[in-house]
Amino acid sequence: MAVTLVKERWQSRVGEVVLGATPEQGGTRSHTITIGGDGTLPFLQFEGTVANRPIIALEVQDVEPEWNPLVKEYFADVFNNPAAWAKKCVEEFGADVIFLKLAGANPEGANKTPEECAQVVKDVLAAVSVPLIVVGCDDTEKDNEVMAAVAEAAAGENLLIGNAEQENYKSLVAACMVHKHSIIARSPLDINICKQLNILINDMGLALNKIVIDPMIGGLGFGIEYAYSIMERARIGSLQNDKMLAMPMICNVGYEAGRAKEANASTEDFPAWGDLNDRQILWETMTATSLLQAGGSLILMRHPEAAKLVKKNIEDLMVSNA
Amino acid sequence: MIIIGERINGMFKDIGEALKNRDPKPLQYWAVKQQEGGAHYLDVNSGPAIPKEERPEAYEWMVNVIQEVSDLPLCLDSTNYDAIEAGLKVCKRPAMINSVPAEREKIERVFPMAVKYNASVIGLTMDKTGIPKNAENRLAFAMELVAAADEFGLPMEDLYIDPLILPCNVAQDHAPEVLEAIRMVKTLSNPAPKTVLGLSNVSQKAPDRPLINRTYMAMAIACGLDAAIIDANDDDLVATAATADILLNKSIYCDSYVKVFKTR
Repeated sequence: MAVTLVKERWQSRVGEVVLGATPEQGGTRSHTITIGGDGTLPFLQFEGTVANRPIIALEVQDVEPEWNPLVKEYFADVFNNPAAWAKKCVEEFGADVIFLKLAGANPEGANKTPEECAQVVKDVLAAVSVPLIVVGCDDTEKDNEVMAAVAEAAAGENLLIGNAEQENYKSLVAACMVHKHSIIARSPLDINICKQLNILINDMGLALNKIVIDPMIGGLGFGIEYAYSIMERARIGSLQNDKMLAMPMICNVGYEAGRAKEANASTEDFPAWGDLNDRQILWETMTATSLLQAGGSLILMRHPEAAKLVKKNIEDLMVSNA
Repeated sequence: MIIIGERINGMFKDIGEALKNRDPKPLQYWAVKQQEGGAHYLDVNSGPAIPKEERPEAYEWMVNVIQEVSDLPLCLDSTNYDAIEAGLKVCKRPAMINSVPAEREKIERVFPMAVKYNASVIGLTMDKTGIPKNAENRLAFAMELVAAADEFGLPMEDLYIDPLILPCNVAQDHAPEVLEAIRMVKTLSNPAPKTVLGLSNVSQKAPDRPLINRTYMAMAIACGLDAAIIDANDDDLVATAATADILLNKSIYCDSYVKVFKTR
């Protein structure tokens, strides 16, 4: 007997956000990338539109990072040269977008000046033609100075700039509006603050299609289920026409997966856990692919081999099941 | 919760005058004002101001002038289905037809028209014999309307059952029956039809109308009310609807939820 599938009829869809700007649009990118736009839960092509494939960004820093040596091996020749590092991520490892973290701005660390940071961004822009995501060093005060300088130096490029938070969003929003960039709105695994922050940013005059949600995530084994349910709720909200939640979501997978014990404990110490190299790759891959299912549109990653696996997974999921 | 703004109605003096003189300004003023107040649909009713034979042309005109200033969908309110059809023809967004009683002849006229124009339908739980006294008889009419939706291919989510509330100062016993009817209508099919009330009727000629309106609306929303035809510029009433949505976990809380409700 034929069974008729019961299909959800959603009222709305996730908004689209464009990353980057071509010369005609006032930037220097060879192409732009559009994320979001889905009219259904992730990859349910039989129920609605899956408009744009999720994007993988590889992380680049302006100083040598404190990552696991096994990951650092891949970039050993390009530390201290973010432009070459970015180029390698795009040309060798197939990154769709570069995620540039200006960790060197940290007053407790290299304490680079805003001007030095802006120069790094310019160098990376010159080295690669893909769109850029740029965040600061997570020191609120310093980041406000640094990101203002970055936004100005890259005016018109439509960078995706972070991180705006409920207690600190005004100067970043202003910089994005004046210099034509998009913003990452970050909330601490809290759907209510997430929505409120989008409203606050929009109230200042930045359009809803210039906002990307960072719901903050937990890595596999470290609270990923909280992230999953928050993201799922935001996605369902946007499909039910909640415009203040209808933004694509960004997930900082490389950072969260990379600090899990399972991604660092040596094979000698935990022989039953298997080879660390494989484990590390799989930990980041599984974190990423789980969050793709929750609606992540923009996956920030570190390990080139994990990125490769996730890319393959995305390609498979984008084959229509309609 | 869907708010249908009631103010563009020929029963109001300014709108009645405007219709006679074909002056778009008052209609456009109230279209914008109700949208600002939080309306999601605008009810459009010529009232008795326009002679019957001129009504199709009047509805076409009303729809056009309102659409010049507002992108809200419209709720075309008339017992004259030729007038409604004339309006539907020029509606830019899927409209709502207000309304059809559970009478076969009218169902046959309205449901195919709704399907043709991708419109929703407000179905009244009454027939020529009038409004039932209790919930059970209201439900019987609702069932006829649900069956008609199925028969004519109208998606169930596009059918709004109106169990018809009467003024509480003269027909107090109807208020709890209507609440019960709303609850029962939601069990008639899956997906269930939607429900709507011409809410202001509950407080006709009572001294503190806003209090009665918002109290009854909150009670009805808890029973499953999806939409109400109300004064969209009664801020407390609209805020009550927004708050009810939050407390029923229908929309996601944020500190500015009332504002979001009004602007979505």
